[in-house]
Amino acid sequence: MALPKRDELLKDVHYDRMPEKHWMDTKPEFRPGTYCYAGDPEVVKDLGLPNPRKWQPYDEDWKLPENWKEIVLNAIRDRMDRFRSFKLFMDICVRCGACADKCHFFLGTGDPKNMPVLRAELLRSVVKGEFTRSGKIFGRLAGARPLTYDVIKEWFYYYYQCTECRRCSVFCPYGIDTAEITILAREILHEIGVNIDWILKPVRFSAEIGNHIGLQPHTIQENIEFLLDDIEEITGVRPEVPINKKGAEILFVTPSADFFADPGIYTFMGYVLLFHYLGLDWTLSTYASEGGNFGFFTSHEMMRKLHAKIYHEAERLKVKWILGGECGHMWRVVHQYEDTMLGPAPKNLEVPKCPITGTVFEHAKSTKIVHICEFTANLIAHGKLNLDPSRNDHLVVTFHDSCNTSRGMGIFEEPRFILRNVCNNFYEMPENTIREKTFCCGSGSGLNTDEYMEMRMRGGFPRANAVEYVHEKHGVNHLACICAIDRAVLPPLMNYWVPGVSVGGVHELVGNALVIPGEKKRTTDLRFQPLKGVEEEENV
Amino acid sequence: MNVVAALLAVIGMVIVVWLGVGVLKLYTLFGVVIPYAAFLTLVIGLIWRMVNWAKSPVPFKITTTCGQQKSLPWIKHSRLESPANNFEVVLRMALEVLAFRSLFRNLRADLRGRKLYFGSSKWLWLGAILFHWSFLIILLRHMRLFSYPVPGFIQTLDAVDSFFHIGLPHLYLTDVAILAGLTFLLLRRLVDAKVNYISHASDYFPLFLILGLVTSGMLMRYFLRVDIASVKELTLGLATLHPKVPKGIGVIFYVHVFFVSVLAAYFPFSKLVHMVGVFFSPTRNLPNDNRRVRHINPWWEGVPPKFLTYCEWQEKFKEQLESAGQPIDEDCYEKKES
Ligand code: SF4
Ligand code: SF4
Repeated sequence: MALPKRDELLKDVHYDRMPEKHWMDTKPEFRPGTYCYAGDPEVVKDLGLPNPRKWQPYDEDWKLPENWKEIVLNAIRDRMDRFRSFKLFMDICVRCGACADKCHFFLGTGDPKNMPVLRAELLRSVVKGEFTRSGKIFGRLAGARPLTYDVIKEWFYYYYQCTECRRCSVFCPYGIDTAEITILAREILHEIGVNIDWILKPVRFSAEIGNHIGLQPHTIQENIEFLLDDIEEITGVRPEVPINKKGAEILFVTPSADFFADPGIYTFMGYVLLFHYLGLDWTLSTYASEGGNFGFFTSHEMMRKLHAKIYHEAERLKVKWILGGECGHMWRVVHQYEDTMLGPAPKNLEVPKCPITGTVFEHAKSTKIVHICEFTANLIAHGKLNLDPSRNDHLVVTFHDSCNTSRGMGIFEEPRFILRNVCNNFYEMPENTIREKTFCCGSGSGLNTDEYMEMRMRGGFPRANAVEYVHEKHGVNHLACICAIDRAVLPPLMNYWVPGVSVGGVHELVGNALVIPGEKKRTTDLRFQPLKGVEEEENV
Repeated sequence: MNVVAALLAVIGMVIVVWLGVGVLKLYTLFGVVIPYAAFLTLVIGLIWRMVNWAKSPVPFKITTTCGQQKSLPWIKHSRLESPANNFEVVLRMALEVLAFRSLFRNLRADLRGRKLYFGSSKWLWLGAILFHWSFLIILLRHMRLFSYPVPGFIQTLDAVDSFFHIGLPHLYLTDVAILAGLTFLLLRRLVDAKVNYISHASDYFPLFLILGLVTSGMLMRYFLRVDIASVKELTLGLATLHPKVPKGIGVIFYVHVFFVSVLAAYFPFSKLVHMVGVFFSPTRNLPNDNRRVRHINPWWEGVPPKFLTYCEWQEKFKEQLESAGQPIDEDCYEKKES
């Protein structure tokens, strides 16, 4: 489908002009580029989810089960009983509008239903209308309405126009987290078979094969061999990647995209070089070969099912602790959910301790899982790494905080500290667009599918705009991040809004800068791009 | 339509009181019965609300981290925005409840051509602070009507509030502030297109109601002078559970009391419960210590997850594992045999 030209896209976007019609009287328009395809019935069936059938969002008839209304109302009641957050957030919003212009989807579409407050209101109005007497009596005056078929379509449309980034929650005076509402709304929709393909396929792969792309054990290994070939060519050193090694000290888990997808592979090369440099006793698992968890975008139950294999594998391999790679929502799940849903950690795990510096990671005492940026920053702070930041001089770098690691974890300094040590040119984007106020890439929470490109470019616009600012001001040409989804979706976003800016993980830059004993003189970075100064030298 | 309905509802109340007290002389109903009923509704309603929220568990620790986590010792963590323990949570909540910290962060986004601009926008914060703090102080000031002798701090509060000695009786600063705050909040709802679009009648209603409340109070104090001794006789009677209704208090007083009563009774069943609800908010009232301290989810504790175990997986991919030279775990078979 044709994506509008960059200069056309925002033509009709206004933040201060609202439609004449009351929002309860408008219906979503399923225009190509703004919705995701429906779940394939085969996949739905394989996963044992309800109501597998052929349907698409633009169909008039969604073939919902006959008693869909009853199912939905029961599902709402059930979630109210199980989640205080949900119950509370339905009650205490004062519609102050502080969150209204904080959502990147609102900023990129101008569609009022993308204001977080209204997104939540889509559900809240039904809760009021179906469950409270005052809502039934006063109706619209109290912001209440009944549950109808059109409401379901509207929910689908707008709960898949939220990347669960939590930016709204930062600004809300009561901490109302619309992401939490979206998570539950999607869960409820799943119960009547309303879902999207791009999430369910990866979920099935993860459940049946072990990672979201469906890489089988030998394929993972082959890919890694290719990457090792490249590392050898670039550095003259060939590190080892231990696979499924029982008794290793550390199990390393990273999103599977790092094994095979450009530019994640360069980040992977960075990890491998670092571990080699340190002589770390680590292993990778081809079974627990996915940190990313698409179940998180489906339901809490699915998230749990997919994440269980990490502790399970750590137990089988008898490792001492777990190190996690650069990933956004994997880390949100690890940090906020892992211990609760799967803990206590297996007995063989110990409180993580860096074998090089002896630092004990007290803050991971219970889960026994450490973020690679925490690990590396600690090494640098102890002067354990020999770094040559000038090898990144061809890059002018800025850093994108991914929403999950920032607003769901609070990791801000570690990656910045690393960046300041591995490259000479580092510039921050404007203050209101970074750290806890960071903007989502626009394609998180399973929305990174091609049929959704227009909405992705709209949702990613605020992020891109901040990059454009430093691109123009400081000549920034590289966007570093610590999230695999970012690495997958920011390149097309940059191509669209700010051509000339490449995207990569923080550990790719570490890999570039790390001076490894016995290596040859490097002339290119891990992407085979010539280092600064090399080209000129060669031309002399 | 929403605004009009809300305004009409409040005007309707004035008419009800005027008829009830002014014409039908139902002093006891409006002076004693309704206030008591409203007060009871408020208390019972709030308790019911809190119990209802508390009945639903907090299955996950979903703190919104608005600042650096506590991790490595040499990295300064943000105690207020990413609290690492309960004490810091209290600090965060205090700042939230007393100073509206999150609102203070507010920004305003502007799109000019293809460029986005963010400006600081503290007006909402200011309006909200003016309104809420004035309301609190006014409420405390009123305690002098319900207590005998009047506690010292209330007298001090009174003195400070009327510090400038403008007019007679002295003008309270909070009276001016609350009017300013309310007017701002109301105008904002009417003028700001976004806020206007999301507003229901139930958002205007409390604003009009409180405006009515404040106006009637001010009218009574500054213009339509009611007999303060009789008022105190009534209020003290209510407070000591020996209600009696003195003669000759103007209708305006009953209007004021009726507004208070309606507000109290409406409180637990409307968005106004945000005042209590904010303390329950799991994104703000939990420490960010997820990896250090285990949080228990009552509906999953003891319920093991179902998933593809390693041994099942190995069975599936045995050939690939072998051909790639990846180790086969013999333990899987031993377990099966035994
Ligand atoms: S900021 Fe919070 S209270 Fe205000 S409208 Fe948004 S969700 Fe509601
Ligand atoms: S969580 Fe993010 S995407 Fe969803 S409504 Fe809030 S700001 Fe928008």
